[in-house]
Amino acid sequence: MTTSGPALIEMTGVEKRFGTTRALRGVDLALNAGECLGLVGRNGAGKSTVVSILSGLAEPDAGEIRFAGAPAPRTSDVTRWREWIATVYQHSMIVGDLSVAENVFLGNTAPVVNWRELRARTRDIMRDLGFDIAPEAQCRKLGVEQLQIVEIARALARGARCVLLDEPTAALERGAASRLFERVRQLTAGGVAVLYISHHLEEVFEICERVEVLRDGEMVLTAPTRELASDDLVAAMVGGVQVKAAAAGHRRSVAAGPAAGDGPTPAGSQPDTAILTVRDLTADSPTGRLSRVSLDVRAGEIVGVTGLLSAGVATIGRAIASAEPYTGGEVRLRGTLVPPGRRDAAQHVGIGYIPEDRRAEGFVAHLGVAENATMTIMDRLSGRLGLMRPGRRDAAAAPITDRLSLVSSGPGQPVEELSGGNQQKVTVARTLAHDPSLIVAITPTRGVDVASKALLLDALAGAASNGGAGVLLCSDELSDLVICDRVIVLVRGEVFAEFTEPPFDRDELIVATEGIARTAHGTTEEAAQ
Amino acid sequence: MSSNPTPDGSVGTAAPPGPVDTAAAATSTSLGSWLRGVNVSVLREVALLPVLVLLIVVGTVVSPAFFTVSNFAGIGQQSSALGVVVVGESLILMIGGMDLSLEATYGLAPMVAAWLIVPVAAYGSGADLSPYLGIGVLIAVGAAVGLVNGLLIVKGRLNGFIVTLGMTIVLAGLQNGIVKAQSLFNLPTAFGYLGAASFGQLPVSLIVTAVIFVLVGLFLRYHRTGRAIYAVGGNPAAARAAGIKVERVKIGVYVAGSVLAAIGGLMEAGRVSAVTGQQGYGEGIIFSVFAAAVIGGVSLRGGRGNMIGAASGVILLGIVQDILDLANVSNYWIEAIDGAVILFALFLARIVGGESTAEER
Repeated sequence: MTTSGPALIEMTGVEKRFGTTRALRGVDLALNAGECLGLVGRNGAGKSTVVSILSGLAEPDAGEIRFAGAPAPRTSDVTRWREWIATVYQHSMIVGDLSVAENVFLGNTAPVVNWRELRARTRDIMRDLGFDIAPEAQCRKLGVEQLQIVEIARALARGARCVLLDEPTAALERGAASRLFERVRQLTAGGVAVLYISHHLEEVFEICERVEVLRDGEMVLTAPTRELASDDLVAAMVGGVQVKAAAAGHRRSVAAGPAAGDGPTPAGSQPDTAILTVRDLTADSPTGRLSRVSLDVRAGEIVGVTGLLSAGVATIGRAIASAEPYTGGEVRLRGTLVPPGRRDAAQHVGIGYIPEDRRAEGFVAHLGVAENATMTIMDRLSGRLGLMRPGRRDAAAAPITDRLSLVSSGPGQPVEELSGGNQQKVTVARTLAHDPSLIVAITPTRGVDVASKALLLDALAGAASNGGAGVLLCSDELSDLVICDRVIVLVRGEVFAEFTEPPFDRDELIVATEGIARTAHGTTEEAAQ
Repeated sequence: MSSNPTPDGSVGTAAPPGPVDTAAAATSTSLGSWLRGVNVSVLREVALLPVLVLLIVVGTVVSPAFFTVSNFAGIGQQSSALGVVVVGESLILMIGGMDLSLEATYGLAPMVAAWLIVPVAAYGSGADLSPYLGIGVLIAVGAAVGLVNGLLIVKGRLNGFIVTLGMTIVLAGLQNGIVKAQSLFNLPTAFGYLGAASFGQLPVSLIVTAVIFVLVGLFLRYHRTGRAIYAVGGNPAAARAAGIKVERVKIGVYVAGSVLAAIGGLMEAGRVSAVTGQQGYGEGIIFSVFAAAVIGGVSLRGGRGNMIGAASGVILLGIVQDILDLANVSNYWIEAIDGAVILFALFLARIVGGESTAEER
């Protein structure tokens, strides 16, 4: 693929710092016409910074960017910049109420709009690319997949010679993703350069000729995908610790492939039968879809669910806690069917819920600590006429907030005045207060300091070991999973692997979340398709 | 502080602003924890007190007739009906809702009741209902309107502003339609009792309104549903996640608000001894209702507000109206001045009330 002339897009020695953080340290990147280059790295490695610099949204502090050998235009010259590079973002930049044609030419029309021409040009672009979307269609009515095509069409309508695809398959199911790959191949065959940013390594192996790996703001590896083993790629991403876990003598049973509906696993030591049984749970949610997921949780057992962003980790928690409806399958607690989307009913049968976004769902900001911590047990605290004494409320909240070492000026202090960690403790206290027989916790330690994190995890572990509650811990923070007895890894809303013997190897978990199956002998296979 | 050990006593006497007695609170007795909860909010709730005192001074200067028992009784009687509607609107605002149709319910409910009571000769329906049954009908009309509003807004997820605006027009049209735009006079004594009777100088309507304010105030502070109202208004998603039946609470509040508006309408009909086509929508009382609630610190964003504030808002508007009457302001100008004073009072309430009464930037 390498050509003798200058690369179409070239970054050399690019530096970028935000405050004291060095986001990029001397990054070199070259992208040739007709090439698809993969850019991978863990969260915070600097991928987004590369994207915003190449999109002309951020100015590098040092280094050079050249387009076909000539210095890049100034970032303020948006029009000229977009003639070279167009970016398709992770989050859709489509205006739902406008038509496809309007979105394709958004911000790019003459002062007086010639509708006939706009539609004709849109139709041409769609035909050239082999897409089948009517220019008149209203974007609100299109699916995620079609919206992405509209975004790609918009990028190309500006005449861009390079397209940046930032996590394009995050919201797509497998079939749609493979159709997208087909289109990417069409683009590169037509001479367009594609920079493909993805968490899914198997996709990078499938459609990219070359891959560059970012780690801590540095470009640590660039290699043709044909000559690269996925182990080496993961090793480059993770750095430091080499991925040799499988050879190191740990015997860990990693069941690859969907393990749906096999009944309770024999590996567990608890004699009890499952208190939570989830069968064929299917959901279509903005937080990620779920496809026929089945799992069990026994009393006193802590089961972790992990996966990449939008793999369905938050969705499964929300669906089981009935915080959102789902389209198929059933959730039973001790045999009782939990009605979908009825949070109050789910709590009544004994499912506690620690939401992912505490600001949105965790507490009422201007109400006091004690009132928030006891919001789930108002019925129990009130007398026959429904009257509650604040003193009784404070007394009920005190033992739980003490156990969590919650720091506040008193039970009446509004939760909005607390630190993030203490706010999270209020949310957890609210859940522990009603003695749930199952606790669904979604990323319970996000954004809290190390000490609070340990306390919160201890509290969950304590609820399981002393209180006999089952805990379903849905988290993409792998360090949360230390308290788990089992960990289930979701990939694209399906159960991909299950780890049944703690301690769990961090690298193996990472590899599994990327959708790469590993056999017991350390050889690597890519996920099916 | 310890002279009154009964917790219930401390609720009733919570209104006078006492200094925050940290020593007493620190004793952490049952009483202490009650007071801790009360003290913080009391300071906020009586924020309008200086403004009220200032207005009373102004009134006394303006007219010698102002600072008299009979004048205050008059203010009380005139403000009672509005006050009951303000309680209803405050509850609806607290759950983050809005109801413009309370003014139309305030007119329609007594109209339907009176129409069923008075004889055909006086433009009645001929049903010749007993006045007590009529009051039952009045409450039922209020509850029905509130239920329809609540279902449309909460279950149908329609915009509350436009639903209740449309409902206002429908109800006001019915109010005139059923009696062909006539006014109904000669209401039975029992029907007019609430608005017209008084014990000595003390109007019954004022007593009833005061009782409603106190009961709703206690309900909001000490009843689990009252607390749920604050939670639902403050953050519906968090309330839902904590297992509160958010939809049920909201619909219930819409029903309660409309029933209160109907009771307010009954008071007004008794006070003027008639139900006119103008009552409610025709007079445009909804502006005063919103003004009193907001001046009293009830947030239009939901979740914040209390009955002490709402009551001070009602009293403030009543005194302003009374001073304008006593000052012999020309009828041509009275509305403009009334509106300007309300705007000024809103501004003052914002200054004294602090950040919690501010709108979002």
